[in-house]
Amino acid sequence: MSSDPAVATGYEDPPARKGFFTDTSVCIGCKACEVACKEWNEIPADDGFDLLGMSYDNTGALGGSTWRHVAFIEQPARPLPLVAPEPSVVELSPRVVEPEPRVVEHVETTTSPGETTDFRWLMSSDVCKHCTHAACLDVCPTGSLFRTEFGTVVVQPDICNGCGYCVPACPYGVIERRTGPAGTKNVGVAQKCTLCYDRLGAGQRPACAQACPTESIQFGDVDELRSRAEERVQRLHDDGVMDARLYGADPDDGVGGAGAFFLLLDEPEVYGLPPDPVVTTRDLPAMYKHATTAALTLLAGAVISFVGRRG
Amino acid sequence: MAEAHPVGFQWVMEAKARGAKVIHVDPRFTRTSALCDTFVALRAGTDIAFLGGVINYVLSNELDFREYVVAYTNAATILREDYRDTEDLDGLFSGYDVETATYDPSSWQYDEEGADDASAQDQHMQRETASAMQHESHGVGVTAHPPRDETLQHPRCVYQVLKRHFARYTPEMVERTCGVSRAAFLEVCEAVTANSGRERTTALVYSVGWTQHSVGVQYIRTGAILQLLLGNMGRPGGGIMALRGHASIQGSTDIPTLFNLLPGYLPMPHAEQHPTLTDWIDSVRHPGAKGFWANAGVYGINLLKAYWGDAASAENDYCFDYLPRLTGDHGTYRTVLDMIDGSVKGYFLLGQNPAVGSAHGRAQRLGMANLDWLVVRDLFEIESATFWKSSPEIETGEIVPEECATEVFLLPAASHVEKEGTFTQTQRMLQWREKAVEPPGDCRSELWFFYHLGRMIRERLKAPSASSAAALSLSERDRPVLDLAWDYPVHGEHDEPSAEAVLREINGYEVASGRLLSSYTEMKDDGTTLGGCWIYSGVFKDGVNQAARRKPGSEQSWVAPEWGWAWPANRRILYNRASADPDGKPWSERKALVWWDEDAGEWTGHDIADFEPTKPPTYSPPEGSSGLEALAGDDPFIMQGDGKGALFVPQGLVDGPMPTHYEPVESPFGNPFYAQQANPTRKTYDRDDNPMNPSPDTGVFPFVFTTSRLTEHHTAGGMSRYLQYLSELQPEMFVEVSPALARERGLEHMGWCHVVTSRSAVEGRVLVTERLRPLRVEGRVVHQVWLPFHWGSGGMVSGDSANDLLGISLDPNVLIQESKVGTCDVRAGRRPRGAALREYVAGYLARAGLDGEEDS
Repeated sequence: MSSDPAVATGYEDPPARKGFFTDTSVCIGCKACEVACKEWNEIPADDGFDLLGMSYDNTGALGGSTWRHVAFIEQPARPLPLVAPEPSVVELSPRVVEPEPRVVEHVETTTSPGETTDFRWLMSSDVCKHCTHAACLDVCPTGSLFRTEFGTVVVQPDICNGCGYCVPACPYGVIERRTGPAGTKNVGVAQKCTLCYDRLGAGQRPACAQACPTESIQFGDVDELRSRAEERVQRLHDDGVMDARLYGADPDDGVGGAGAFFLLLDEPEVYGLPPDPVVTTRDLPAMYKHATTAALTLLAGAVISFVGRRG
Repeated sequence: MAEAHPVGFQWVMEAKARGAKVIHVDPRFTRTSALCDTFVALRAGTDIAFLGGVINYVLSNELDFREYVVAYTNAATILREDYRDTEDLDGLFSGYDVETATYDPSSWQYDEEGADDASAQDQHMQRETASAMQHESHGVGVTAHPPRDETLQHPRCVYQVLKRHFARYTPEMVERTCGVSRAAFLEVCEAVTANSGRERTTALVYSVGWTQHSVGVQYIRTGAILQLLLGNMGRPGGGIMALRGHASIQGSTDIPTLFNLLPGYLPMPHAEQHPTLTDWIDSVRHPGAKGFWANAGVYGINLLKAYWGDAASAENDYCFDYLPRLTGDHGTYRTVLDMIDGSVKGYFLLGQNPAVGSAHGRAQRLGMANLDWLVVRDLFEIESATFWKSSPEIETGEIVPEECATEVFLLPAASHVEKEGTFTQTQRMLQWREKAVEPPGDCRSELWFFYHLGRMIRERLKAPSASSAAALSLSERDRPVLDLAWDYPVHGEHDEPSAEAVLREINGYEVASGRLLSSYTEMKDDGTTLGGCWIYSGVFKDGVNQAARRKPGSEQSWVAPEWGWAWPANRRILYNRASADPDGKPWSERKALVWWDEDAGEWTGHDIADFEPTKPPTYSPPEGSSGLEALAGDDPFIMQGDGKGALFVPQGLVDGPMPTHYEPVESPFGNPFYAQQANPTRKTYDRDDNPMNPSPDTGVFPFVFTTSRLTEHHTAGGMSRYLQYLSELQPEMFVEVSPALARERGLEHMGWCHVVTSRSAVEGRVLVTERLRPLRVEGRVVHQVWLPFHWGSGGMVSGDSANDLLGISLDPNVLIQESKVGTCDVRAGRRPRGAALREYVAGYLARAGLDGEEDS
C-alpha cells in the first residue's frame, strides 16, 4: 500500500501531498491564524465570551467552531534536574501550571548555567493533523469524510448526518459536531480544518498560513516540509536549543505520520497533545479476526456438543 | 512589539534568524519577551536610570566609537562657565526658578558670543505650547561655529560634562533603582557595546512605554545619547525606531492634528511672539544657525499659499494673519479641564475614544457632559458617544441622562478599506492605499466630511440672510474661511473629494503651470509655487504617485526604495551621512550605506544620501557663514544648528540639557539619585478633580501599576470590542498579578479584584502569572501590577477602563500624559458600585491625606 494517502485512496497521478509544518519556536501568539480561519470559513464565534484563565488562551481547544487553536503554556523558572526526572503524569488538557507557593524575594533575571532554567512562555497553533491513517475517515458511515487529491481529510457538511462516530475516533480530539443556535451554519454536523481545500483548488495558501506574520505556519508539499523541518531542528540544536523536536513527522508513528506536523520545544503533553497517538481503528482488523475466531470457536463448540449428544 | 506590532515583528524574527541578538527590557514578560534571547524585568518608570547606567558603562570603559563621537557629535563643544549640573545642585540644573517651575537655559549655552537669544525665550510659554516639539525637529538652535576641543579633555566640553553627569549611574545604582541585578545589567551593557562600532550596529526600538512618562522626552534623549556614543545613528541596523501607537500616527504629526504644529513641523504661530510673518519665520530659522531650517520662510510661504491659494500674495504676507494663534496651552488635557469648567462648547471626535483611551476617564466624561454639542465620527457607537447614558458616572449619579445638555451627533465613518489615501508609518514611509469597497449606507470618509463641512459653512457665510446682521458684522472674521482654496475635484455618487488631488497639493506644484515639484528644494518664496507639506514634497514627483509603488523586495536592493516613498526625498535612513567616515568612506564594507564618489563628484550608495548631493566631505564652511552654506562636509546632522548630533541639548528642552533620573510623579520610592524627587518642570493641573497619589508613598498606594496593550484588541477598543472574532479571543478585562502579590492580598486566579488610585477604582478578573515578578528596589520588595486599557462599557465584551485610574500629569516638552506608571492599591473582590464608588475613593483620599494638601 502506497504511503501517499491520495495514491492509496485510488487517485491517479495526484498532486504532491500538501500539509502544514507549524514551527512553534517562532510563534508569537498573535492568533491571526484563528481569526483568518474563522473569516475565510465563516465559522461562528464559539458560544459565550468566556475568560478561561489558561494564560492567554481563551479558545480552549480545537472543536466544531475552532479549527486553529493557539495554546499558551507559562513555564516558571525551575531548577535543572541533576538526575533524569521521573516520568510525569500525562496532562492532556492545557492548563497554566500553578506555581508552587514560595517566598519570592528577588528573582534573578539571568540564569547561572546548571542552576535554573529561564522562564518560558510556549505558544503553539494547533490544527487537525490530516493523518496518513485517519480514524475519523475510517469510521464515517456516510462517506461524508473523504480523502482529497492533496492527501488531506475533509468533511462534506451536506452529507454528514451528525452521527458523531468520528468524534471519539480521533486520537487528538480534533473533530466535533458544531454546536450553536438553530440556523447557525453547519450546526449539528461534524466540522474541522479542511486545509482550505477551496483555496488550494484556486492555487492559494490556506488562510492561516497566509495570515501568519512570522511564518510559524508553513504550507507546502509534505515531503519538502519534512526536510525543511529537520534542518530547522538541527539549526536549533546547533544554537543550543536542545528541547526542539518534531511531532507528527515520523511516517512510522501511530497514525502513519501527520500531514500537519509540528516543531515543539517540549514534550507533547505540555502542549496538550497526546504523546503517542495511534489511529484508533488500527486494531480493528485484528479485533475482527479475533472476534471471528472466537465466534467460529463458539460455533464449533456448539456443533461438537450437539454431535456429541446424538448417539 | 510582538503584542502591538505583530506583523512588523516578523522583521525582528527575520533578524533573529540571521543571527541578531534580541533583548527585551520591560516591567513585564510579554509575547515579545517570549521570543527574545534575553528578558530584563525593570521597575516601570526607571528607564533613564537603566540607560544612564549603560551610558556610564560606555564612558567609564572608553567603549564609545571615538572617531564618530568627535567628528559627528557635539562632544567636543565647550559650554559656558556658569553651567551647573545635577551633580552640583542635587538633581537640578542651573537656572531653575521655583516660582514658575521652569529653567532659564542661558547657562546651558555653548561658550560663545551671540548664542541664539531664543535661549531667553520664555520657558513657561515653551511648556504651555509644547514648543519643544518644534525644537525636536528644528534642531538645536545654536550658532554654526561654537568653540570645540577635539581632544575631549577640556573640563567644560560636553564629553566631560556628560561623563560627570552620568558618573553616579553605576551598576549598583541600577540595581537599587530599577530592580535589575548587576549581572543582568552588565549582560546588556556587554551585548550592546560588543555589537556597536565599525563592523556592527545595534538598534533601539521603543514605543509608548518610553514616551508616556513625565520624563518621556528625556527617555528618548537618553537612548539618543547612547546611540550617538556608540556610533549607531544614521547607520544601517542602528538608530532608534519609534514604534507608533497607530497605523498612521506618524502622518498625524507630519500633517498635524496637533494644536501646536503645522504641516512639516512648522510651529503654530503664537499671538504674542509671532505678530508678523517675519517674526514667525525667524523663530524657526534661527538666523546664524546651520542647516535646512534656514529655508523655513520658503516652507511656510508655500504652506500658506496652499491654504489660501489666489488670495495669498506677498502684499498680504500670504494671508499669515489668517492663521489661528496660540495663546497658551491648548493641549487636549487643558481643553478637557476647560470643558469641565464650562469654557469649551463643542468637540469633534474623529476616530478617537477619550472616554476610554485618555488619561483620567472620569474627567474626560465629565468634560463631555458639560459641552453644548459633540460630534463623534466612528465605525461603532463608542463610549465617547454614549457617556451620557452608559458610563461609571451614570452609575454614581454624577451624570444624569435627563439633565445632561450635550447634544451628541454620531456620524458613521468609512473604514480604511472604504476610502483611498496614504498611511505614513514609523519609517516616515507613505504608502498609498486604494479604496476596495464602497462604504455602506451613510458612512463617509474624513476627507468627505471635512470638505463638505467646509463647503457648507462657506455657503452659509457667503449668503447673508435676514437673521445674519450679526454675520455681516463678522465678515472680516469670516475671510480666513471664505478665502480658503477649497476647490477640490469631487467624484462619484456622494461627491467624494479626490484624495489624489489633495496629495498633489501636499506635494506642491508651480502655480502657473501645475507642474508637480520633485523636491522641497524647488519651492520658491515668492508665491509662484505652493506646497502643503515641504517634507512630503517629492511624493508625487514626475506626476507619479510614488507612495503607491509596490515593487517587491525580492526585485530590488535591500533598501527597497521603490516600495512606497519615505520623506524627505525618499531617504530611508535619516542622517545617513554618518554611515561614512569624515572622508566619505563607509566605516566598514559590511555596514556601507552611502559614500562619496570622488569621480562622479557626488554622494552615492544604497540609500539616497541625506546630504547635499554634490557637497564633498572635505568642504569647509567660510567664516561667518550660516544656513546650508555653513554645513561642513562632515556635518551629518543637517537639521541641527551646528550640524552635530546632540549629546547635550543647550536649548529646546524644558526639563534639562541632559536626561536625569526622576521618579515618576507617583512612586513608592524616594529618588535614590538626588534630592529632587520628580521632574521639577513637569506640567501639572492642580485642582480638586485631579489629585495625585502622595510620593514617596505613605503606604496607602504601595504598588506600582502599568498599562499596555494586548494583541487581540486595539487601543480604546473601538475597533475590536465590537467584533466577535476579536472579542472572543480576549473576552474580559483582567488584572495581572504575581503569585506573591496574590498571596499578599488574597487574590485568586480567575477571581475578581479591583485596583484603586486617588482618581477611581476599576475591577477586573485576576490572572496570577509569573510573568510579573516582584522586584527588590531600595532594599525592599515592590510589586508591579499590569492592566490592559482596552475595555469600556460598550461593545460585545465590556469592562472597566484602566485609564480611569490615571490622573493628568504631563511631560513638559510635549504635554504627553504619564500613563505608563502610577501607584495603586489592589484589593480582592469587585469594586463598590454607584455612589458607593465615590465614597470608597474618598476614603482612600482621606487616608492618603489628599483631601486638601498636594505634595510636589
